[in-house]
Parts: sequence; structure tokens; C-alpha cells
Amino acid sequence: MELDPVMLARIQFAFTISFHIIFPAFTIGLSAFITVLLLLWLRSGEEKFHRLARFWTKIFAVSFAMGVVSGIVLSYQFGTNWSRFSEFTGNVIGPLIGYEVLTAFYLEATFLGILLFGWNRFPPWLVTLAAALVAIGTATSAFWILAANSWMQTPAGHEIRNGIAFPVSWWEIIFNPSFPYRFAHMLNAAYLTTAVVVLAVGARYLLADRHPEESRTMLRMAVGMIALTAPLQLFIGDMHGLNTLKHQPAKVAAMEGHWDGSKPGALVLFGFPDEKARKNHFEIAIPKAGSLILTHSWDGRYQGLTSFPERDWPPVANVFWAFRIMVGIGMLLIGLGFWGMYLWWRGRLFESRSFLWPVSHMWSLGFIAILAGWFVTEQGRQPWLVHGLMRTADGISPVPGASVAGTLVLFVLIYGVVFSMGVYYINRLIHAGPKGEATAAPEGLPNRPLSAAEEAAREATGRPRGTGPGFSLGTKE
Amino acid sequence: MEPYLPLIWAALIGTAVAMYVILDGFDLGIGILFPFVREEEDRDVMMNSVAPFWDGNETWLVLGGGGLWVAFPTAYAVIMPAFYLPVIGMLLALVLRGVSFEFRWVAKPSHLLWDVAFAGGSIVAAFLQGVILGGLLQGVEVVNRQYAGGPFDWLTPFSIFVGLAVVAGYALLGATWLVMRTSGPTQDFGRRAGGLLVVAVLAAMAVVSLWTPLAIERIATRWFSLPNLFYLWPIPLVTVLVGYLVFVWLRRGDDVKPFFGSVVLFLLGYCGLVISTWPYLVPPHLTFWDTAAAPASQLFLLVGTVFLLPLVLGYTAFVYWMFRGKIGPGEGYH
Repeated sequence: MELDPVMLARIQFAFTISFHIIFPAFTIGLSAFITVLLLLWLRSGEEKFHRLARFWTKIFAVSFAMGVVSGIVLSYQFGTNWSRFSEFTGNVIGPLIGYEVLTAFYLEATFLGILLFGWNRFPPWLVTLAAALVAIGTATSAFWILAANSWMQTPAGHEIRNGIAFPVSWWEIIFNPSFPYRFAHMLNAAYLTTAVVVLAVGARYLLADRHPEESRTMLRMAVGMIALTAPLQLFIGDMHGLNTLKHQPAKVAAMEGHWDGSKPGALVLFGFPDEKARKNHFEIAIPKAGSLILTHSWDGRYQGLTSFPERDWPPVANVFWAFRIMVGIGMLLIGLGFWGMYLWWRGRLFESRSFLWPVSHMWSLGFIAILAGWFVTEQGRQPWLVHGLMRTADGISPVPGASVAGTLVLFVLIYGVVFSMGVYYINRLIHAGPKGEATAAPEGLPNRPLSAAEEAAREATGRPRGTGPGFSLGTKE
Repeated sequence: MEPYLPLIWAALIGTAVAMYVILDGFDLGIGILFPFVREEEDRDVMMNSVAPFWDGNETWLVLGGGGLWVAFPTAYAVIMPAFYLPVIGMLLALVLRGVSFEFRWVAKPSHLLWDVAFAGGSIVAAFLQGVILGGLLQGVEVVNRQYAGGPFDWLTPFSIFVGLAVVAGYALLGATWLVMRTSGPTQDFGRRAGGLLVVAVLAAMAVVSLWTPLAIERIATRWFSLPNLFYLWPIPLVTVLVGYLVFVWLRRGDDVKPFFGSVVLFLLGYCGLVISTWPYLVPPHLTFWDTAAAPASQLFLLVGTVFLLPLVLGYTAFVYWMFRGKIGPGEGYH
């Protein structure tokens, strides 16, 4: 069997980048949450905010480290897997990545040290400032990388000479047409996803009768955040969709399962898109509702897939389904937000087991929605690598399929081991919970994201600190 | 300004690579020396001595790789596919050894797996970096500004030799680091290992210095034609002298000088490589100027770099200053 190098390069990159995006999404939200907790602590002086900030900082450290490790790999994979793309776009999006390293990477790394290890060494305001700078750093990183990605979806501000893209206007390159929507959508997704995790952890503790004071704070903050960000996400998503319709109509046609552009579009709730038959099987749809959403008119027309040559179609079924998973989870979270607010208003938020039990199992929903959303936008861009300028098949490296297949196996094996260990440690940390002793906890090395986690894991395993003869985070005098 | 931009970027990326080689060199060296130290307590000390620095050190690798893409996209687009397997192998090795720094302490007392991952990852990463360097020196097949060779073109006796030489060189940096930063058994070990390694490194440098001009004509012309020979002959002489001094300092009981002597040894070797390959970035076809990004792109990032790079350097210096001094056995940082 001949290995298809294009498909293999795509699978390998999709695997490493999907794994990666989980961690930055979480750390963007978590660093902002920690900052808010610390600000509340500074203002009120209440110890529970302090304990919560310390607790979530440990979890932040593990997630951040895994984001960094998997991110270094990506910075080289642009070249190893997509060398023609790298050359074609290097002038235009290369500097954006360069700025990401210089403005975000170092800002995060510098102040993370103070956030992780400065609790007993620096005044609270400095730790809070460090947390805020880390939060700004993670969001800045998102700014640059989404500018680069958006340029691939809706390129602007460039000209093509001799088959290479050259910059004309940096402003137009960075603030390309889809960038503001994508950036807002992703940033809001990160905050929403983190709020769902916080909600699940708080519910888990309440059900187990542990840490009641901290759990209630987490529940209130998370429910408020979800009630705010989940509907907001629907609004941003709608605007993003309209923007996509304008610039990438084939993607929207696939998302909607909309084939015939001569008729108003239905809102397809369910169905099996069939590219050969050019229709959806077992379709359940609301007639004309698709047109209402996308054109704001019952009889509005927008292009269907048959308006495009088949060679310009994205993989319809994948995009169609990923979009439904994302939107489905989004709707569920909107409902969850309102339900939680209702219970809060009735004063039953902390007692209602029919609410707490399901939400305690929902921590992963936001991550699934984020992955599904990225599948929609990235697979929906196919067959283009840079929309309208470079096809994916033309962007790959001159590397044989067997090399890509072999390294893909290694990636799966090694990431599997390393990341399941990391997730295992995070779960141990959550199980251990925020501790009173957190106030007298680790003093250690700056510049070492995982050592706070190590300390906390030691707490979690019940092993006393400093048992090993080794490096003990300065707990020995 | 425009004609100088590729030069400025070549200097910046050259600096980032030199920073990386020296900084990550000594902490990879610690991993390379790990299997030769049996006592768990000594291994703890070794790991402690680099723990606060290693991830900052690896950041220079990102800056080097990212910078190459920004400033010389064609070179990036040729080198990465040409060295596809060793680059990905190196990245995976770095992932494994990076997490070992943290997982090893959590896993105690059953941490054997992470000892193996730390040593193995360090050795493989160092070896593959040398292999990539050797492969680059011997030349890369380029047609139409694209890599045009096979998946194993880099695999030659020469590149394997350079790979082993880099392992020895990083080990020397690691050993002299131990002499400088620790005391007791690990320091003694560093002295003994350093003495052997400096001899090995000098021998390896001599072999590479003879092998490259014999095998590659443009390198022979560069070094042995007149008037170049007049200017260049001090370099090998100084290298031998510095190597000899490192050896003597190690024997005489100096703590700090051997490490900085080894750094100078590395910089001299680095200079030699630059002299051999300049102005090629991807020998023997593509020069710095051939592969440079558009001036507007190089300038756009340069403006930010001028302000941001000093900040980065300041932070690095600050961390090293915070954790200065010796680490004793069974001791962490306070």
C-alpha cells in the first residue's frame, strides 16, 4: 500500500496540535481565574481566595509545562512537515510567530517563576501582578498565533511575487478579516472551558462534603462566568459564521450541510451528508431557518456546495459533524449557565444534587468543543492550506510517507505516556484539594513550572516533604 | 540598512545558536554523564545543579528555530525536511528528558524509568544535534530551492562522528560544570571525567579539522589558500592551548576556570565552523543572502528584537545570579 504523504503529514500535525491546544486553552483561562482570585484576596483579605489561588496555581503549573513541551515540537513541525508552506508564507506569518516568542513566551516564563515560587518571598501585590502578567502573556500568545492562523483562512495585506508571499501592510496582515472574530471566539472559549472545569471540581467537592467554603466560591464564580460567556460565545460564533460566509462560503455550506444554493437554506439538525449523492440522508431540518441565521431573511440565498467545483469542497461529513458537536455543547453550556443561575437565585445551588452530580462529570466538555471547533475551521479550510493561495497538497515537505508514518507512531507512543502521566498528576492534585497548609507551602525554584506540581503531588501521595535526599524545593533549611 | 539586514540576522541567529549550544550543552552534558554515576544521592546533586536553568536554556532552541524561519525561510524550508528524522528524533528526546526533571522526583523511590529517560533523552538529543551539524557541513542536495535528497542522506560516517564529538563536547561542559558548582564525590567525578573528555574533545576537533578540508574542497580552499592561511593559523593553535589549559586547571584543582575554558573551546570550534561554511547557510548551494526573508519582514521583527532581546538576556542573567554558589550533597536550593 502506498502511503499518502499529504494525508500522513496532516494526521501527524493534527495529532500534535490537537494535543497541544488543550493545554494553552486551559492555561489562558486558568491564569485569568487565578489573577481574579488574587485580586479578590487582596481586596477582601479572605483566606479562602488565597487557598484557592494556590491550589489552582499547582494545576496551572502542570498544564503550562505540558503546553510548553508540546509547543516546542510545533515550532519545528512547520518546517519538517510543511516546508513549501514555510517558504511560501515565511515573509508574512514568520514574523508573527517571532513576535509570539519574544512578547509572550518570555513574559510568561519570567513571571511564572514569581507566581509559582514567590509566595513567601515577595509581597502579595507582586505575586498578583505576576499572575496578571502571566495571564496577559498567555492571551498575547493567543493573539499572535490566531493572527497567523487567521491569515491562512482570510489572507490579506500581502502580494505574491515569484510564487512567494510578500508583506505589503502589517496592519492588514495581522488584523485580517477573520482575525477579530477568531481571536474573540478562542479567548472566550478558553475562559468558558476553564469555568466548566472549575464548576466540575467545585461540584465534586460539594458532593463529597469536602472544602465547603472553597467549593461554594468556585461554584458561584463558575456559574456566573458560564452564564456570561456561554451566551456571549453564541453571539461571537454567529458573527464569526457570517464572516466565514463572506470569505469562505464553501466552509459554511459544509457546516450547514447545504447543497443547493438556489433555494433558501434549511437548518439541518441531523443528517448524514453524502458527497456522492450530493444530499443529506435521514435529514431532520427546519426549513428556511438556515437562511434566517445566515442572511437574516427567511428567503435569503447563500451558496450551497454544488455552487463550487467538487475539487474545492472540504470533507463535508467531518465539518458537518464537528460543527454539530461544537454547537451542541455550546447550547448545553448555555442551558447549564441559566440552570445554575436559577438555582442560585432560588438559593439551592449548593444543595441540588440533580445539578451537582451531572456537572461534576462535565469537566471535559469545553475541551471537546474547542477541538471540534478547530476541526470545523481547519478541515473546513481544505483543500486549501492558505485559502485561495496554496492548496494543502502543494504545501508539504519533500519527505517520504514512510518517514512521516514512522515518526507519527513515535509521537503517539511518547505523547501517550508523557501526557497520561501529566493528566494523572492533575487528577491527583484535584483529589488532594485546596489545603490549609497551602499557606506554608513550597518555596522553590523559579523557572521550573513543574516543581510546584511535584510538591503538590507529594502532598497528594501523602509522602512527607523532603523524604528524598534530592532536591526538595527549599523546604530544608 | 537593507543590504545589512541578512548580516544582522545571521549574527542574531548565530548568537542564539551559540547561547543554546553552551547553555543547553552543560545540562545535556549532565544527562550524558548520568549513567557513569551510580549513587542515587550523587545523581540527585547532578540534577539539582541544573534544575533551575534547563528550561530557560532550551528556550534558545525555540528562538534559533523560529528565528531561522523568520529571517531565512528558504533555509528553514530546506533544512527541516532534509533532517526530518533526526530533527523529530531530537525533539522527542528533549520532551522525554524535559519531563524527567519533574517526574523523577515524583516517582521516587521507583524512579528508574525516569533516570533512563533523562540519560537516554540527553544522549540521543546531543548525538542527533551533532548528526544534523555534520550533515549540514557535508552539504545538502538542493534543486529549485527545495530539498532534493533522500530521507537518510544525513547518515554518513562523518555525521555519526560529529554526533559522537558533540556528545563528548557536551559531556565536557557538564563535567566542568560539576567541578564548578558541586563539591564532594560529584566534583571529583567531574575532574576525572573532565580530564579524559578534554583530551577526547581535542582529538575529535583535530579529526573534524582534517576530515572536512580533505573531503570538501571549498573548505580546504578557505583555510589553506593565501592569504587566508596567514590570518587563520592562530585559531587551531589557540584551541590546543586552551584545551591544554583546561586539562591543567582540572589537575591543579581550579573550580571555575575549567568550565569557562571549555566554553571558550566551544566558541573556538564554533568560529572554525563559521569560517569553513561562510557565507553558506545551507552548503553548498544556498548562502545567507539567497535564503533571506523579504527586507520588510526582517526589519519588522528586528525592531521588536532590539527592545526585547536585552530583556531576555537580563532575565537569564538574573536567574543565574539568584542561584549562584555551590550545591552540596543532599542539598536543594533555599
